[in-house]
Amino acid sequence: MRKEEIEDIEINLLLQGIYSRYGHDFRNYARGSVKRRILNFMAKVDQKTVSGLISLVLHDEAFFEKFVRELSITVSEMFRDPEFFKLLRNQVIPYLKTHPFIKIWHAGCATGEEVHSLAIVLKEEGFYERSTIFATDFNDSALMNAREGIYPMERMQEFTANYQRSGGTGPFAGYYRAAYGAAIFDPSLRKNIVFANHNLATDGVFSEMHLVVCRNVLIYFDRNLQNRTLKLFRDSLAHGGVLALGSKEDLQFSEVAGDFKILDAKWKIYQKTSI
Amino acid sequence: MENLPKNEHLKFDLYKAVVIGVSAGGLNALKQVLALMPAGFKLPVIIVQHLHPDQDHSMVEILDRCSALRVKEAEEKEPVAPGLVYLAPPNYHLLIELDGTFSLSIDAKVNFSRPSIDVLFESAADAYCPGLIGIILTGASSDGAAGLRRIKDGGGMAIVQDPAGAEYSIMPSAAIEATEVDYILDLQGIGKLLAVIGREKTRELKTQN
Ligand SMILES: C[S@@+](CC[C@H](N)C(=O)[O-])C[C@H]1O[C@@H](n2cnc3c(N)ncnc32)[C@H](O)[C@@H]1O
Repeated sequence: MRKEEIEDIEINLLLQGIYSRYGHDFRNYARGSVKRRILNFMAKVDQKTVSGLISLVLHDEAFFEKFVRELSITVSEMFRDPEFFKLLRNQVIPYLKTHPFIKIWHAGCATGEEVHSLAIVLKEEGFYERSTIFATDFNDSALMNAREGIYPMERMQEFTANYQRSGGTGPFAGYYRAAYGAAIFDPSLRKNIVFANHNLATDGVFSEMHLVVCRNVLIYFDRNLQNRTLKLFRDSLAHGGVLALGSKEDLQFSEVAGDFKILDAKWKIYQKTSI
Repeated sequence: MENLPKNEHLKFDLYKAVVIGVSAGGLNALKQVLALMPAGFKLPVIIVQHLHPDQDHSMVEILDRCSALRVKEAEEKEPVAPGLVYLAPPNYHLLIELDGTFSLSIDAKVNFSRPSIDVLFESAADAYCPGLIGIILTGASSDGAAGLRRIKDGGGMAIVQDPAGAEYSIMPSAAIEATEVDYILDLQGIGKLLAVIGREKTRELKTQN
């Protein structure tokens, strides 16, 4: 048997062990990225084999905490894919405005860059006061950052450029103040955001959402977990509700394809048509 | 390729995929290599070209026009198919899973790059080695050097563009430094070698001789 195949068995054992011992379920994640993270961690803690890692992870809780942090590293950006945010502003929000009051579920919000972007768009379109946003992730330390809304100053140049290309109408610098090399975003942006821990692999539905945004999370899941998650979104949406996925994430081959129609094929915006 | 050792042709049958990493100067280099690959080429060709994150998709179209093979952007969960040329989408890492499908990630940059050549090569080595051919072309980065070594360690083949003729020599030189390379060739040589390998899959050469 090839070394790579043996390693794959070891990784299966490791993920199964983590699930049985701690309840964290990484078994249905796309294996390539999970493996990279495991190998990165092994290099940091100087472990040569996955088998060596298994016994440490199972017996030493503090060690496991360190490991799970590496496994659930988050990466995010404000106004990533400016074109998407432009569509949100010009096509989706006008439709949402036909409701007196809306509920939005932002799943996999990581450290909050995207949900702050969403809040800014809603504000500029004069609809923030009538919106409630549930921003969820399964990573508590990321959620803590999201609640604070503090990002390194050196990222502001990129974020500002994205914002401007997305059709932003204000001076972007008006949304944060600079202090100690950091950009502290205005608390008024978070006034209507409820941050909560929610695990897409194990937790249940939200109810009667008008918009669900979940971008660049499904790419990390295998087909089974993708289908579970997409059903969760379908069942959380009101009839006519809108689902926005990442630009490389598609409903087309999923089990819920028949429950949605396409609003924008390129930027993966869908509308729920089933009851 | 008349100058290959006698039995070299036989082992070509073993190869299942080709991965190519290229950075600065890539469009011209890829045009030349792909132009030499004949229709009916039997292996999938998977390419990471470093791009600006907002690069439009014109690269795929340009390369598609100058190749007899179909060139497309690799899609999430798409099964890797023989005879197609795939490009990593801008701003995503491209990986190959053990079941022969693509996956994408937006994990942090590796070697200041996303997509990163190392990320593709290392996952491809897991999926295909020893039946994998890794190729490093022009570039001003050292991305790909570690990945090429992984391919060699797994028993695959390593090909590098001759730094002397490369538009940017840093990346080929870094790859040659990092591992023992099977072939150092100019772009023409690489294209021709691939044409032979892809054809050998069908065993046409034997009937021709
Ligand atoms: C790459 S980030 C995407 C962040 C943001 N949506 C964006 O596109 O910039 C993926 C996020 O998904 C979260 N995630 C992964 N698996 C999850 C799960 N099972 N339940 C909830 N969140 C999860 C991670 O913690 C991480 O914050």
